[in-house]
Parts: sequence; structure tokens; C-alpha cells
Amino acid sequence: MDERILMCGNEALAESAIIAGCDAYFGYPITPQNEITAYMSKRMPEEGRVFVQSESELAAINMVFGASATGKRAMTTSSSPGISLMQEGISYLAGAELPSVIVNVMRGGPGLGNIAPSQGDYFQATRGGGHGDYRTIALGPSTVQELVNCMPLAFDLADQYRMPAVVLADGILGQMMEPIVFNNKPRRSLPPKDWALTGAKDREQNIVRSLWLKEGALEEHNYKLQAKYRQIEANEVLCEQYEIDDAEIVVIAYGVAARIVRSAVSKAREEGIKAGWIRPITLWPFPTEQISKAANELSIFLVVEMSMGQMVEDVKLAIAGKVPVVFYGRAGGGVPTVEQVLEKIKQLTIPAKKR
Amino acid sequence: MKIKTVFERTPTFKDCVNHYCPGCGHGIAHRLIAETIDELDIRGRTIGIAPVGCAVLEYNYIDVDMIEVAHGRAPAVATGMKRTNPDKIIFSYQGDGDLAAIGTGEIIHAAHRGEQITVIFINNAVFGMTGGQMAPTTVLGQTTATTQKGRDAANEGYPLQVSELLALLPGAIYVERCALSSPAQILKAKKAVKHAFELQIVGAQGLSLVELLSPCPTYWRMTPVKAMEWTENDMTKVFPLGRLKDESQKHSMSV
Repeated sequence: MDERILMCGNEALAESAIIAGCDAYFGYPITPQNEITAYMSKRMPEEGRVFVQSESELAAINMVFGASATGKRAMTTSSSPGISLMQEGISYLAGAELPSVIVNVMRGGPGLGNIAPSQGDYFQATRGGGHGDYRTIALGPSTVQELVNCMPLAFDLADQYRMPAVVLADGILGQMMEPIVFNNKPRRSLPPKDWALTGAKDREQNIVRSLWLKEGALEEHNYKLQAKYRQIEANEVLCEQYEIDDAEIVVIAYGVAARIVRSAVSKAREEGIKAGWIRPITLWPFPTEQISKAANELSIFLVVEMSMGQMVEDVKLAIAGKVPVVFYGRAGGGVPTVEQVLEKIKQLTIPAKKR
Repeated sequence: MKIKTVFERTPTFKDCVNHYCPGCGHGIAHRLIAETIDELDIRGRTIGIAPVGCAVLEYNYIDVDMIEVAHGRAPAVATGMKRTNPDKIIFSYQGDGDLAAIGTGEIIHAAHRGEQITVIFINNAVFGMTGGQMAPTTVLGQTTATTQKGRDAANEGYPLQVSELLALLPGAIYVERCALSSPAQILKAKKAVKHAFELQIVGAQGLSLVELLSPCPTYWRMTPVKAMEWTENDMTKVFPLGRLKDESQKHSMSV
């Protein structure tokens, strides 16, 4: 398929996962991502692959755990409260070093929250979310096309590094329709899954585990995981930036919020304000270096999120106190408008008496 | 004089010292599974699922591909494995805390969907690894770390008969309860375990489960001999032995 077609984000990501070689999908209904489960229930059997509607998100992530342990490409999708339930399984996937793809079409929280779009799960996705010292790869696409592109990337990264990869979308991205092209180009070469449980025919048994009882063994395992994470931080950062060389203000946003920021920054430029933006595509590994480099003595940073301020902490860590970092965000389904962001940019760049 | 081998360790049962307490039933249950795997010649296509609990290190004793899973989630993990690998033989091994408490939802729904897996359910009426707390299967009056005056139905409810519950579901095709309490009972248990695996091998459309009443002398505060007797004489009053369900005829199998 290389013609442009119009699809909603939820269905587009599902089809992209199928093209990326997803062998098994396990999911439980939750709004605003139900189109994925419905789409997969029809398409996966058509492709001779596995679809199971699980009895809970706990079961879904553990079905992923089982399928992945046998070397299959497995994924699940959910939205915020469901992703919280999956955290136990995600920690086990990280501990047992099993690849898997988890899509979170984020909605408002905390608690049952609402079904409106949100970016309130950034901490959960980038810090690990469950118990123990681990990370998950976290991708934050901002268009339906990028969401489509993220799926094969997520599967490849998960397989290459043997760990869960999270795609953080939100209710807008899941529901909106945009023209897309499915791309099935060959990608990176991946290591063989010689660790997989396939039946110990003519070989010694394989064991997939996350329990390390022998003194020092778990610490050693943790060092191994951390070494892997450092490698990912060095090699897999993706971000996009625009007119930051002369910028007096750099606005940072990801996902759908970045589209609003892009419009606001363009308007600010039209009005003569030296503004630029940086858009992290990988939320973990975070573009710490790129953001740090963009900070010169004269600049100020504005972080815009559909949350009460989560990614802003990573920006502050990257800036390390060199220049001011200001936050603007809305939560609980509130979406910042271009005007609101532009107003914030003006407040930060034009002295009050001149405004 | 000619020396004839009349008994030997089955190859899939590893030659090592296990970590179980004297008189524990896990070692017997492991051996029955290992013998079954060898007799059916399925080592090369079997994947086992170890629980959270005393048997978490089961892979140290049974020499097949194995995975360790979160507490209670084995039936979901087994579902993910079997659906993507219908040619493999998938078995899970779960204790009563695992299957009858935290994992009640997973086992009921795996059975309800008719997952073609084999479940070995060890019921020793107590949480072993965490120090002998009450399990859903703890019998009335039984003292545990968390029922120090004995389990009282008014406060702690009644022993949960999971196998009877599961036998009601159309997706469960074989459910049998045996006891690891004497050589005669152990032989019966072996037949049941083997039958449960055979059903999966022939592609029977549903879940097979064998519940094994299993002694835990340490947390029953009994000698191994007394624990065997208690399993056979007392536990069976609450958890009667026998075949609760067998639809193997539907799959043209001898019973």
C-alpha cells in the first residue's frame, strides 16, 4: 500500500501494527481506544493471527507476556486507567526482558477521570510506571501519520533491546482522521530470539524469569538493564526542532500539544518574536542533549502540555538551571489553544508595558 | 546374579537437591509431571509456567522450557502462549493462593474461553512461601498465621472449592481432584495428570485441570507422616476426591 488513505488514528495504528508483523493482539475495551480492539478483532483473524478480548487489562498484558516469551510479536492497547492496571505486567516484562508494544491512548485522570484527551500519563510511561528500577521506551507521535510510523519502530526497538515499548497517543490522535501512507520498508536488522520458549527440542531448557534470589544476582541483573538503557539513550533519541538558533524563547511540547505549539510559534515569528520549538518524539530516551544545547544565556524555555506539568521536569533536568523554564498546561480534557500559547509566549518575551 | 533396573529417575526430572521442606507435596507433583512428559515424549514441545509461591523455582527441577509469571496470572500467560503456539503443550502449575485467591479471575476466564491448556493446581490449604497465612482453601478451624484461633466462617468465610466452580463451565472439559497422601493416591494422581496432558495433545477443545491436595507439614505444624494422614483423612472431607468432570469421550479418548 503506498496510496494515501484517510483513517482515524486508532484504526491506522492497528493496521500499521499488522503490517509491522504483530502476531498477536490482546485487549480489553476502554474509551477512547475502542476502535483498535474492534479493528483487530476483524483484521487479525483475516491475517491468520491471534486476537483475544481479555477479561481485564491484567489478563491482556499477561497474555502479551506469554506470547512474547515464545518469541512472537505481541501487543496490547488501552487508555489511562487500563494502563495503570497493566503496570504489574509491564514491570515483569521489563524484568524478564521481553519485547512488547503497548499503546496508551491517554484520557483525563486521575481515577476514572473522563474520556477526553490528555497527556497525564507521561510520568507513568517514562519512569517505568510499575515497581522496580526500569524504563520503557516511550514514543510520542503528533500526527496520525507519525502514529503509523511509530508502530514498526516500537516493535523493532522492543525486539532489539528486549523490553516493552510504549506508544503514547491521546484521545485526539486516536479519534481524528488524517491522510496517511503505510510504509513497509525494510528496517533495522534484529538479533535472533534464541532466548524464546519454543520447546527444548534438542537443546537445553530456556527459562524466562525476573526472580534473582542468589546474593548479588539481582543487582547484577539491574546493572545489565541499566547498561542497556544507557545504550538506548545514546542511540535512539528522536526529536524535531524549528528555528531555535536565534530563539529568545524555545517552546517544548510533544504529541498533539506540539501541533498547537507549532502554530503559536509561527504566529509569534510573524509578529517579530524570535521563537522556536523543540518536539521530543522519543519521550524516553528524552532529548536531553538537544534541549540543553538549545539553551543560551538569553533564552527562556516554555513547556506546554495537556497535563499539570510532567515533561517539564525532564526539560528542567536538561536545562539544569541555566535558563528559566516556564510551564503552561491544561488538564482533565482541557486542550491549550493557539491563542493561549501565543499569549504565554508574548508574556514571556515582551515587557509588560510594551504589550 | 543379574541386576535389573526396576526404578529410575525420569530424565526430565533433574538430578538435584530441591529446596522443599521435608514431607512437602511439591516434589511428588513435579515428579508426576516430569514422568508424564517423558512417557508422552513431549519434552521438545512443552512449555511450563511456574507460579509465585514455593514452586517458583520449578524450572530448577523440571527440565523443559519454563517461564515465571506474576502471582495468579498463569492462565492468562498460558492463553498468550497457546493461542500463538497451538502445536505446543502448555501447562501451568499454580498453588491455592495463586489460583484460588489473587488469580481467581484469570483461571475462571481461561476455563470460560475453553483455553486448550493443562493446569496443575496444588491445594495445600495454606500460603506456603509467605509464612503460612490463610488461603481461600484453608479449612474451617485450621490455624494459620492469619487465623490464629482457627478459621472462622463468620469472619473469614468458607473454604473455596474452585474445582467444583470450574467444572460448571462448558470450557473446562476435564476436572479431577486427587491427593498426594499415599502411594495408592499418588498413582491415581499420576493417571489424572497424564490424562490432562493427553487431552491437550489430542487437541481437546477446552481446559483440563487436576487439583492435587498436597501436604504442607511446616505450616500445618505436623510431622510429614501426620501431614499425609491429615491430607487423606481431613482435607478430603472438605475437598472430596474424584473426577468432577470428564468430557474426553467427546474427543474419542479412552478414560
